[in-house]
Amino acid sequence: MLNIDCPWCGKRHETEFHYGGEAHIARPEDPAKLEDTEWAEFLFMRTNTKGYFAERWLHSHGCRRWFNVIRNTVTHDIVGSYKMGEKPPKLPKRTGDAK
Amino acid sequence: MVKYSIFTIARNALTGHQNWPKQWRSPEPKPEYDVIIIGGGGHGLATAYYLAKEHGVRNIAVLEKGWLGGGNTARNTTIVRSNYLWDESAAIYEKSLQLWEGLSQDINYNVMLSQRGVLNLAHSLGDVREGVRRVNANRLNGVDAEWLDAEGVKNFCPIINISKSARHPVLGATLQRRGGVARHDSVAWGYARAADALGVDIIQNCEVTGIKREGGKVTGVETTRGDIAAKKIGVVAAGHSSVIAEMAGIRLPITSHPLQALVSEPIKPVIDCVVMSGAVHVYVSQSDKGELVMGAGIDSFNSYAQRGSFHVIEHQLGACLELFPIFSRVRMMRTWGGIVDTCPDASPILSRTPVDGLYFNCGWGTGGFKATPGSGWCFAHTLAKEEPHPLNAPFSLSRFESGALIDEHGAAGVAH
Ligand SMILES: [Zn+2]
Repeated sequence: MLNIDCPWCGKRHETEFHYGGEAHIARPEDPAKLEDTEWAEFLFMRTNTKGYFAERWLHSHGCRRWFNVIRNTVTHDIVGSYKMGEKPPKLPKRTGDAK
Repeated sequence: MVKYSIFTIARNALTGHQNWPKQWRSPEPKPEYDVIIIGGGGHGLATAYYLAKEHGVRNIAVLEKGWLGGGNTARNTTIVRSNYLWDESAAIYEKSLQLWEGLSQDINYNVMLSQRGVLNLAHSLGDVREGVRRVNANRLNGVDAEWLDAEGVKNFCPIINISKSARHPVLGATLQRRGGVARHDSVAWGYARAADALGVDIIQNCEVTGIKREGGKVTGVETTRGDIAAKKIGVVAAGHSSVIAEMAGIRLPITSHPLQALVSEPIKPVIDCVVMSGAVHVYVSQSDKGELVMGAGIDSFNSYAQRGSFHVIEHQLGACLELFPIFSRVRMMRTWGGIVDTCPDASPILSRTPVDGLYFNCGWGTGGFKATPGSGWCFAHTLAKEEPHPLNAPFSLSRFESGALIDEHGAAGVAH
């Protein structure tokens, strides 16, 4: 089980949270102007990184706020969490990527 | 290839079973192939087999980064069925089930298909309506399906708890009698042996590290065992599809997640069918060794780690015990995880890509095992003819632009 650091509440068990997938996917500024390929990119295409990954979590059984986490998808190590709107902490080099 | 039969067994018994030949060669990679399949799981091996058998392609390599039967092919819970809702899915999964039914004879390898019947339980009025609708849709597509009420479920699977006082009572179930289970690693080994006999080079411990391209067309791969040229490349890499796609500059609508399974200690035969519940989220069958084989949903977070969180196991065992109180003292022996490639519409992608000569077969998510033969058969056609077979044409990458999604969350739900 992951121990996730909520920026407001501190470290809690994963069961208190819900996952929100890839972080930093910006909503289109002018949706009416989007081509089909751009909609596909926004709605469906995902980076699915193997290694350090910026992702959203919701502290649903706590403060009920969304925030971002940097986690390694191979080792499950969590590097840090940060509030919505903040810049992500500097990512470690991708050395930990491979098994 | 030595044909397996009762006579070969008898002959080898005379020499103490010391002279069985290897089931497939382990060749060094050639400098060039007509087709390279990336990924030596069931789907990749089946693709190679049908390419050689149905389309006469002989110069094929299957590149596997690990060993055969080390990935999802031997990590799933072996359920086989074809009772999907939409016409497109019913067609491709039913093609697969029909291939399953003749597979042991076709590849001269016992895959131990056991058509013991698959129940998909309904626990609410919504479930019941959806289940009945799916039964009718299946029948219209020529897929066998029946609706059972709660008493019918109890008759079919006597150990199930249909008490009305359960938190989520069993109200009925769909039944596909032709569904069941198969021996998963036999599928990898059997396809490997049959493909090898047709000249396919199966190269293990060979990880692809790059896709070489020239003028928008593939020219080969870089691997941990050197560069290999290829005219066409079929990627069948399941959880690692996005990693390979990135090497070729392609974006996929796929996220990789752990899917966990577990087995109990072996017990006497107690359940002779497959029971699945999307609502309380567990599925159970019993292996020939006597172990209860169980699974449920994915871990929510992205991962490439082949392991998940324990609370997911706790949750599914809670569901299991409500359905089968008789299992309360059974001890669990092992749990493990595989990395599944989930797609937004819970349907696969078998498709050309913007890169010429590069094809993807991925996105089977939690339910790929049952589709192994059909997936390989369709993908072989796609690679050979350079265009999809009508069975897999709807499962193109372009559907995420056109919006023609094939939403199978209901039928795929927990179904693996
Ligand atoms: Zn919080």
